[in-house]
Amino acid sequence: MNNLFVYCEIEDGIIADVSLELLTKGRSLANQLNCKLEALVIGSNLQGVEKQIFPYGADTVYLVDDARLYPYTSLPHTSVLIKLFKEQKPQICLMGATSIGRDLGPRVSSALHSGLTADCTSLEIGPHEEKKAGKVYENLLYQIRPAFGGNIVATIVNPECRPQMATVREGVMKKEIFDKNHQGTVVNLKASDYVSDSDFVVDVIERHMEKSKVNIKGSPIIIAGGYGMGSKENFKLLFDLAGTIGAEVGASRAAVDAGFVDHDRQIGQTGVTVRPKLYIACGISGQIQHIAGMQESSMIIAINNDENAPINTIADYVITGNVEDVIPKLIKYYKKNSK
Amino acid sequence: MSLKIIVLAKQVPDTRNVGKDAMTAEGTVNRAALPAIFNPEDLNALEQALQLKEQNPGTTISLLTMGPPRAAEIIREGLFRGADGGVLLTDRAFAGADTLATSYALACAVKAMGEFDLILGGRQAIDGDTAQVGPQVAEKLNIAQVTYAEKIEKIENGESTIKRRLERGVEVVKAKLPLVVTVNGTADECRPRNAKLIQKYKYAKTNSEKQNIDVSEQALYEKRPYLNLTEWSVKDVEADLEQVGLSGSPTKVKRIENVIFQAKESKQISDSDNDSEELVKELIANHTIG
Repeated sequence: MNNLFVYCEIEDGIIADVSLELLTKGRSLANQLNCKLEALVIGSNLQGVEKQIFPYGADTVYLVDDARLYPYTSLPHTSVLIKLFKEQKPQICLMGATSIGRDLGPRVSSALHSGLTADCTSLEIGPHEEKKAGKVYENLLYQIRPAFGGNIVATIVNPECRPQMATVREGVMKKEIFDKNHQGTVVNLKASDYVSDSDFVVDVIERHMEKSKVNIKGSPIIIAGGYGMGSKENFKLLFDLAGTIGAEVGASRAAVDAGFVDHDRQIGQTGVTVRPKLYIACGISGQIQHIAGMQESSMIIAINNDENAPINTIADYVITGNVEDVIPKLIKYYKKNSK
Repeated sequence: MSLKIIVLAKQVPDTRNVGKDAMTAEGTVNRAALPAIFNPEDLNALEQALQLKEQNPGTTISLLTMGPPRAAEIIREGLFRGADGGVLLTDRAFAGADTLATSYALACAVKAMGEFDLILGGRQAIDGDTAQVGPQVAEKLNIAQVTYAEKIEKIENGESTIKRRLERGVEVVKAKLPLVVTVNGTADECRPRNAKLIQKYKYAKTNSEKQNIDVSEQALYEKRPYLNLTEWSVKDVEADLEQVGLSGSPTKVKRIENVIFQAKESKQISDSDNDSEELVKELIANHTIG
């Protein structure tokens, strides 16, 4: 009772990175709250899956194993969460802000009338006072998220309703092993106790999932382009530089919206959050929503022909000039000076 | 088979291009400087509805929007593109609603609109980016949902075939009606306004918008009833006051901060060959690259 739950996503028998990141965050929040960290996996052929979860510090792993529960569909998974949460009364539930978590979370929160905050970029524990009602709450979950296109940051709390629910995008929280020998309890729940036949109203008749082709999150060097790159063709320059120095190419939302590159390269609040060793921002003006996704980079180089571009204020090096001129020079002098 | 379709649409500030003029001297957002637009993915949803209408003769499309009185613009915009009617849900009691209180109000309005086969809406609105209202409306109405739809391929014998575009793949699902479907921005772009429909509906107004019209104008609305846009309050949709607006919202905004980033001391470099080479040498020397 009163514990912290993480809904874990599973694809091809592998727990999703975002779920492991949430377990890591959940472990530290649970320590602060002095409660248990509990994981929930719903799917098919789940035997042994707890081995992937316990190292991240979960005290309990609930498994609901039934052939009909994979691939994910909304109503059966919703039914499990609603019933389990009515029994277990968790204080917090975290899930990935993925196409599953963003389908499941709102439906569960509506059924339980518990508040849900989407796409949190930070989660903290703290007190809250409702001045009008004259009530003080201890140990609420601060659900911190950008709003209004990233121009403001809002802290949201759910004073009365439980569980306090939040979704978080992949890459926002850090994934860290808590203890590789950590062991907890496995609880197998009988699917038929939680799901009814009438929940199976949507049939998945075709499914093609791909492993992410680009691994921006894991790359130590990122060359990112913005709307200022001007065209898809000019983005090739960035791929050239990336190929030369061993980097990945990222992009701002504006560049993705303009069709210069695919969405899986988007960096920022609505894309991935990155923390590379080196970040080279090319033709990126530096909208807040982009900066929030890369400001923890160890070193930032901004290349822009606008010397007043906001991104320059957070850059370690500012090159004022045309990207089309500067990038070929960087390639040329890298080739000349590297062994 | 003719269908009754409801399209959920929201008027939103255009947050995609917040320029320098949209920020005040204190660094806060000047909302008045941002144009109010039809939420982009709601337009994708409207296009799916219009395509279904072409494939299924006799189909009707009604828009449903919640917002201040000026959100009537959304209904007109939908009529210009081929919708058949619409409802504006507007009441001060709805103010301050989070997604759950919004979904409750919309579900009450849907019930008041009568029978339906399909509810369509954008995956998410650009002012909140939450993607919560679609699934929550579905739950409040106790019907199934299909989110992240890219194409409603067909509807036959009360069963839909829908292609979903997920982050890492594609799914095709079959689902029985009634259903809530939320549509991605990757779906077909909405057709433009139709000149004939603009002529037909340009004077379409809600009661609030008709407050200051004269007698001759009134006659127009009596002669052409389709120009009267429906405007509903909390009472009209029989919503429970405790469940709408701020009081119906489990989430509370504790604090709002403007985003200010810690400025660093930046080193300025020219785009000359010499500076470029020096920078590259430095990055190699300190093992940042190479």
